[in-house]
Amino acid sequence: MIAILGLAACSKPQAEGIQIGEIASLTGKEAAFGQASHKGTLLAIEELNAAGGVLGQQLYLTTEDNQSKAGESATAARKLISRTKVVALLGEVASSRSLEMAPVAQAAKIPMISPSSTNPSVTETGDYIFRVCFIDPFQGTVMAKFAKDTLKAKKVAVLSSVSSAYSVGLAKYFKETYLADGGVIPVEQKYAEGDKDFKAQLTAIKAANVDAIFVPGYYTEAALICKQARELGITVPLLGGDGWEAPQLIEIGGTAVEGSFYSTHYSPENKTPAVEEFVKKFQARWDGQIPDAMAALGYDSALVLADAIKRAGSTEGSKIRDALAATDAFVGVTGRTQIDAGRNAAKSAVIITVENGQFKFVGEVSP
Amino acid sequence: MNEFLQQLLNGLSLGAIYALIALGYTMVYGVLRFINFAHADVFMVGSFIGYYAGRLVPEGTLWGGLAVLCIAMIGCALLGMLIERLAYRPLRNAPTLNVLITAIGVSLLLEYTGQVFFGAAPRTFPAIFPMQTFTVGGLILSTNQIFVIVVSALLVVALQFIVHRTKIGTAMRAVSLNPKAAALMGVNNNVVISFTFGLGSALAGAGGILYALNYPSIDPLMGVMPGLKAFTAAILGGIGNIPGAALGGLLLGTVETFVAGSEWSTYKDAIAFTILIIILLFRPAGLLGRLTTEKV
Repeated sequence: MIAILGLAACSKPQAEGIQIGEIASLTGKEAAFGQASHKGTLLAIEELNAAGGVLGQQLYLTTEDNQSKAGESATAARKLISRTKVVALLGEVASSRSLEMAPVAQAAKIPMISPSSTNPSVTETGDYIFRVCFIDPFQGTVMAKFAKDTLKAKKVAVLSSVSSAYSVGLAKYFKETYLADGGVIPVEQKYAEGDKDFKAQLTAIKAANVDAIFVPGYYTEAALICKQARELGITVPLLGGDGWEAPQLIEIGGTAVEGSFYSTHYSPENKTPAVEEFVKKFQARWDGQIPDAMAALGYDSALVLADAIKRAGSTEGSKIRDALAATDAFVGVTGRTQIDAGRNAAKSAVIITVENGQFKFVGEVSP
Repeated sequence: MNEFLQQLLNGLSLGAIYALIALGYTMVYGVLRFINFAHADVFMVGSFIGYYAGRLVPEGTLWGGLAVLCIAMIGCALLGMLIERLAYRPLRNAPTLNVLITAIGVSLLLEYTGQVFFGAAPRTFPAIFPMQTFTVGGLILSTNQIFVIVVSALLVVALQFIVHRTKIGTAMRAVSLNPKAAALMGVNNNVVISFTFGLGSALAGAGGILYALNYPSIDPLMGVMPGLKAFTAAILGGIGNIPGAALGGLLLGTVETFVAGSEWSTYKDAIAFTILIIILLFRPAGLLGRLTTEKV
């Protein structure tokens, strides 16, 4: 189906509709992110088309799967731009992979919106790269303050991944704020993406006798880290960022993730009318599945793009870019999207905990 | 001191799994003089057999766990023999390089067939064995860790027994020494080679289950890193040498764990492999290997 649409687009790129490209990790290690984000994006596109499309034309979404692997996203972006002739790119969730596709989009002057990459360097690639989520300096600050003020943790250990831009950045901003607030970080340990054994690092952390452990990473590793920490008799809470947000965290981690906290973009339990309506629509479309933050951001990224195309009145890359940069207080599911000078969105964060095998909303923190 | 012992235990339980996989590499090399790169993927298939078989037995029972372990070992043994029959036997008299490239091909075939059938997303391995943690003098032990070390040790002993005390083991050593002479003495080389692959793959299957028990998130590419490490462990211990492979595995697992637990955790693989290079500089044939000069 997607292939047919793509081929149709090759012959007559403009006349039949507006081509939008999406790059997502539909399979592989971070498949939960890619799937959720893709479902949100697709729902938004379908709704826009049902309402008559944009500029009187239907939107076509072509999705490329990068299998959560490094080195695939740039090729996928090139393919979407040169063969499918997309007018804009949506993706990726993981910052490392957004950083791979961003230079391609920038060079081709095709606007790109990352739904949920939080590493600051993503939008620093160039003036065609945008995002609709908050960035890690803010997320790191939120978790550092939460550790210091709410959990009253005096000593925190940091266990981060060396091979993900997201993890490295988040660890850095967490440390800056936490140390500035008078906290102590007696031990810092590293792992690499795809590692399965964290007992060595955790044994060293245990010896340091900390009050909490900050693990800025993705859910596959985070779940195993929680599990192995509990096996080693570590009872202090573990803290994370939006990379933790996936049902697999609880599935793999089981009881070991109980009482952990992480920050993210949105909670389906946050009872605002926009969120309630989105949850209802998402559940109707995707077999009763409850949308997580990645789904909400995927949805918002497509709406922000459609809004910009409408205001630009054209599908020309530079015009969409200018309209995107002028996005002002666009109200989506994840709150108001205000694109700042750095092409980032300033938004509030929510803190979530795991209780009885369920994600529970703890509170909301404004920037 | 406590931390040291804890790290040693962590290292040994990781090393025991490397050792099990390394044994498969070393046995095939011993008999056929080539590296079976598909071995690490047989290890992955072992985990997935365990994943599906684990749903048929009640969780957390000893008999159920042992049954799953046996099913995985038998399944992998059959797979190993099948690979040998279809991919390697037709190349029996071809140059080693051809066989090596075929092995890489089989490895990729298994990985990506796995992605088609199992999907690329990681799955949660069921807790098939009863699991408990207890404290001994400040040291935290989990039954899984002890189980891994005990099963690995038993399998190494059993393997030594098979190779040195049984008829088929004698035949294996004969084929290893001189395949032509062995055939002239009435040894059926094909049966012996098939058996070697079956045995090595069964160990990979056991390794797959033990690995998944400790790190319960499995995916079709999970064999790549442990396979690479086990291969290195086999070289380190002296390839072709069974106790050497076990020693190499334990050493590699322990070194890796100690580096990962130190402040240089960023460079854990780099440091672990540098140590290996240094050892190989001084003992080129590996720790327990014997250096043989080839006659031209």
